[in-house]
Amino acid sequence: MSFSISLAVNGVARNVELDDPRVTLLDLLRERLDLPGTKKGCDRGQCGACTILVDGRRINACLALAVSHDGAAITTIEGLAHGDELHPVQAAFIAHDGFQCGFCTPGQIMSAVGLIGEGQAGDDPERIREGMSGNLCRCAAYAGITEAVLEAQRRLAAPEREKAA
Amino acid sequence: MPEISLSQAPAHQRHGSNSGQPLTRRDGVLKVTGAARYAADNHPPGLLYAVLATAAISRGRVAALEIAAAKAHPGVVDVMTPAHKPPLAEDPDAKTNPFMFRLELLQNDQVRYAGQAIAVVIAESLEAATEGAALLAPRYEALPARVGLDGDTSFLPPAVGIGNPAAVTHGDVEAALDAAPLTVEATYETPAQYHNAMEPHAVVAAWDGDRLSVDTPSQGLIMAQGRIAGLFGIAPDHIHIRSPFLGGGFGSKGMISGPQLLGIMAAKLVGRPVKLVLRREQMYGPVGHRAPTRQRLRLGADGEGRLTAIAHHAKTVTSSFDDFYEPAADASHTLYAAPAIATSHEAVRIDIGTPLFMRAPGEATGSIALESAIDEAAHACGMDPLAFRLLNYAEVEPITGKPFSSKALRECYAQGAERFGWAGRPREPRQMRDEDGFLVGWGVGTATFPALMFAAEARAVIRADGTGVMETGAHDMGQGAWTALAQIAADGLGLGIDEVEFRAGTSDLPDAGIAGGSAHTATAGTALHNAGAAVIAKLADLATGDERSPLFGAGNAGVVARGGRLHRRDDQSRSEGYGEILARAGLAEVEARGQGTADPAAQSTYAMHAHGAVFAEVKVDPDLGQVRATRLVGAFAAGRIINPKLARSQLYGGMIWGVSFALHEEAVTDRRSGRILNADLAEYHVPVNADVPSLEAVLVDEHDPHVNALGIKGVGEIGITGSAGAVANAVWHATGVRVRRFPIRIEALIGA
Amino acid sequence: MKNFEYVRPATIPEAIAAAAQPGAAYLAAGTNLLDLMKGGVARPERLVDVTHLPELDRIERLPGGALRIGALVRNADLAHDRAFAAAYPAVAEALLSGASAQLRNAATVAGNLLQKTRCGYFYDIASACNRREPGAGCDAREGENRQHAVLGWSEACIATHPSDFCVPLVALDAVVEIEGRAGRREVPVEALHRLPGDAPAHENTLEPGDLIVALRLPAEAARFAAHARYLKVRERTSYAFAVVSAAAAIDIAGNTVRAARLALGGVAAKPWRARQAEALLVGVTPDAATFRAVAEAALAEARPSGDNAFKIELARRLVVRALTLAAAGTPARLPALPASPFASQPGALPHA
Repeated sequence: MSFSISLAVNGVARNVELDDPRVTLLDLLRERLDLPGTKKGCDRGQCGACTILVDGRRINACLALAVSHDGAAITTIEGLAHGDELHPVQAAFIAHDGFQCGFCTPGQIMSAVGLIGEGQAGDDPERIREGMSGNLCRCAAYAGITEAVLEAQRRLAAPEREKAA
Repeated sequence: MPEISLSQAPAHQRHGSNSGQPLTRRDGVLKVTGAARYAADNHPPGLLYAVLATAAISRGRVAALEIAAAKAHPGVVDVMTPAHKPPLAEDPDAKTNPFMFRLELLQNDQVRYAGQAIAVVIAESLEAATEGAALLAPRYEALPARVGLDGDTSFLPPAVGIGNPAAVTHGDVEAALDAAPLTVEATYETPAQYHNAMEPHAVVAAWDGDRLSVDTPSQGLIMAQGRIAGLFGIAPDHIHIRSPFLGGGFGSKGMISGPQLLGIMAAKLVGRPVKLVLRREQMYGPVGHRAPTRQRLRLGADGEGRLTAIAHHAKTVTSSFDDFYEPAADASHTLYAAPAIATSHEAVRIDIGTPLFMRAPGEATGSIALESAIDEAAHACGMDPLAFRLLNYAEVEPITGKPFSSKALRECYAQGAERFGWAGRPREPRQMRDEDGFLVGWGVGTATFPALMFAAEARAVIRADGTGVMETGAHDMGQGAWTALAQIAADGLGLGIDEVEFRAGTSDLPDAGIAGGSAHTATAGTALHNAGAAVIAKLADLATGDERSPLFGAGNAGVVARGGRLHRRDDQSRSEGYGEILARAGLAEVEARGQGTADPAAQSTYAMHAHGAVFAEVKVDPDLGQVRATRLVGAFAAGRIINPKLARSQLYGGMIWGVSFALHEEAVTDRRSGRILNADLAEYHVPVNADVPSLEAVLVDEHDPHVNALGIKGVGEIGITGSAGAVANAVWHATGVRVRRFPIRIEALIGA
Repeated sequence: MKNFEYVRPATIPEAIAAAAQPGAAYLAAGTNLLDLMKGGVARPERLVDVTHLPELDRIERLPGGALRIGALVRNADLAHDRAFAAAYPAVAEALLSGASAQLRNAATVAGNLLQKTRCGYFYDIASACNRREPGAGCDAREGENRQHAVLGWSEACIATHPSDFCVPLVALDAVVEIEGRAGRREVPVEALHRLPGDAPAHENTLEPGDLIVALRLPAEAARFAAHARYLKVRERTSYAFAVVSAAAAIDIAGNTVRAARLALGGVAAKPWRARQAEALLVGVTPDAATFRAVAEAALAEARPSGDNAFKIELARRLVVRALTLAAAGTPARLPALPASPFASQPGALPHA
């Protein structure tokens, strides 16, 4: 059985012929669409390394069947920067050393983008820590991660405040 | 501007300002954009997927596999089994050096631990290979599993760690304990822990005749290359391994593991490139772990609180088929002065994968027990635990009597205590509450880790355009080799960091040794430093021997390399650019090599260790027993810090591992089957972001002229030592309950 | 993962027909089901994807004030729905204390209700488990069981239900609407899950093909909005299943309790409503002694199923704490660490 699904991946329309319904969004991205930036740390929704945005929401790509996401708009780590211009979250992760080995980093960054978009944490460090707790970092770069998300959230919130004013 | 002294003869110097700078990671953009390519991200044309089938029993043999069922699954290409596999040139159970461990490469049908590979299914898709492995439905002939610290009769291990004596005696401990007016005796247990790097072990292997291309994470490329060469009977230089980034290692990627080699075997079997990535649960067996321990500490003290005896005995486990013994008791060798010290080990063989090096092997396990016992002794003596540690400060290494090459531990205690606000801490436990009524406790632990050096090589090139190349097959598992070593490399050439192309992470580069023992920056850095010295010497020879050069005749005085120019040492107004020197000599480039090894003379004279003091605050719910480590301050003296930003990140990471050791992580094994029941990341708890709200690492200045030419001691592992004990001691101080089994669980604190 | 037939029905009747076949399972977000399938714990032959069914993703207020929540509403969306969180704050807190933000963004209301136990022996397919394979035995009974049930367990099964969400739901008399081959029916959440007895595999009262289409919270349950909390003891600060959890809700007039609700999580194979204990609160002025008596009553039937006696006393203390916090009043804003004892709220622990 073959399935035809349409996805918008990092703003590009992709028509995917799937020969297997078992393929997750994570394995689709990594093994079939040449987008290996999204990482597989546990494949069971327990580490957050595979976090991507689906229709603007952060989810674990390892627990999402591709065939069920026909029509979805997906953003991965590869789609975050504008050319050479890093997304503020990416830049803040570098500035605050919010990673060491870098393996969980794509998931951390996508999760942070999702968190900021959700608007629940604001610039409360404790809410950021809680909101980022779905992303394990075994190098334990949590201090830098929290600082990076705080800074990025402030930078991203600033233009909105200006707009509102 | 720091001056870097040379470790060898030429009178030339290099000045560089790269080392010591808090540069952001040079691989940062690659890592935040997803462009950093880890092993499993590779996808050569014609790739097949291999998935391990693993044993569900801990001991016995595989009686049958449903190979036909697996092969019948659409997409399955082949099933590799003991009966159907490429031949190996070497017995995977052979051991010819101390860094060689026995491997399970389908050499027979025996099962020696749960989770051992018993077959490999190779398929056109990951989905097919995964299901193919499930369809093998093995049948076993099982024997009873030997589980845990009491799983069998114990014996005296031949050695612990790598070649350390299993028992060390200094003075008469028993007599000292008998005579001591005050003794403390306590037994501590630590659990089995698994490295759980975020990146599962992965390999993408492709054969071309007898040549092999491998993408796989490695903390020791040349050792891995040698192991592969031996097993497959091919020349090492026919094997090209790429490991530009490791998604964490912590020791588990020090030696190439069985599953990585099975991926290479699978590629050979099917004649196509193969990718094999461990599933998370498969990382609880064949890639090493930290063995559990039961440690008995006996301390004797005189009437003033001076230690008169330290006896530290550790029981641990190893596998039924190989030898690695967590050297837990060795933690008592260096930290506290006592006229009598005895350490000893015993072990049992049980049905598990062989334990291996895991971040601070021995030091971490031993430290939490020793630091707890020291705290118990301080309290028994009626002393503040920091004052007790200062009273028992080791001015020389206690057992050997050697002076320390440097030891700024007193400054660590002082600066850490100051930053933390230790003064005024009530001596008795259960005295502090926060505004919400939570119990608050403060604890301290001393951190220590040896300053090791392995052996490394590097190659330095200066090119006609005045830029440089530095090469060493170094490994960046997150500690920041791409950045810190590049800083050393640039200084070694007297160039700016952007004028040096730094190459690392592949097996065709000079051997950088192993990224372990917190020694990589020191070892590979020294090799880079010496390679730089050697190439500058060659360049200086060209200039000083050439009468057309402004440096002509300066050979005896020497030159100073700085900013891409050689300056006459005794008259720095006379200088010449690297490019000019090479151009006049008609050379496209000049190259040289350098080594980084320990200085045996210094090693025999001095005890070499990094030190630190960690202060922890915990809050404990007085009714519910839930604990949060709310604040940690660590002050560390680890010689010269090449990049304080990255060093601080490493120390933070280690400190959080300490929190994890004290409060969180533990593999839970079924005592009948020997299977680990939480072989995942949901129930095997490592700290999440919300667990560690406040961390501070103070870098204490320390100049060490003896450890190596660069004065580097290393920061990769020390953070976990001291921290685990500090948290445990803080829990006691908060609650008055001394928990001696780690991690500290809720039931231990609620008195129910 | 076993291969399966993927079916995407367009209507609820089509879905029911497709899922009524043996070996079929409904797929919503898949956050639990795919995990089970990857572990070989579930091996369905057909997945009936309901995520594209219309009208199951709404939150609507019914005449009379009850809130009706479509089965496909995502956990995060429900928790952040202002009307819902205002009326049923303990449910919102429970939702936000479960799993991670990513999982809450995907997981659905009905999926959360139907999630499987986290018993390690259920997940370890080489172990004997009556819940996974009827008649196989229970390796947890004599195994590593410090996290297992202390209420309502049987010799056949000592597993616990892992949901946070369900705990306040049973406290508040929530109801699920089920479409099945025999039409639509309503079942209280409290009656949805079954205790193991001698048939632990029969986890709930759903029949083949039954599809939960909505969850309903009665208007009457909003009376507790000012005094309702969910509290959860964990082995790490976040992203961990409960060791024990409790939902407490009180309706206080003056100093007197008019009505009270209490339920426990992590203690039984189903979310555990403590009705007899609730009754002790009605008509009294809440104080520590009363709460302790309520706690004793709530755990009166508890007994260890293994190495887990501590959970009984822990649950008692948690009941006291949850009632104390509920009596103190629902915080105006959910704490930074939802349901945590360490919630960063001043006065979080009212006996300083």
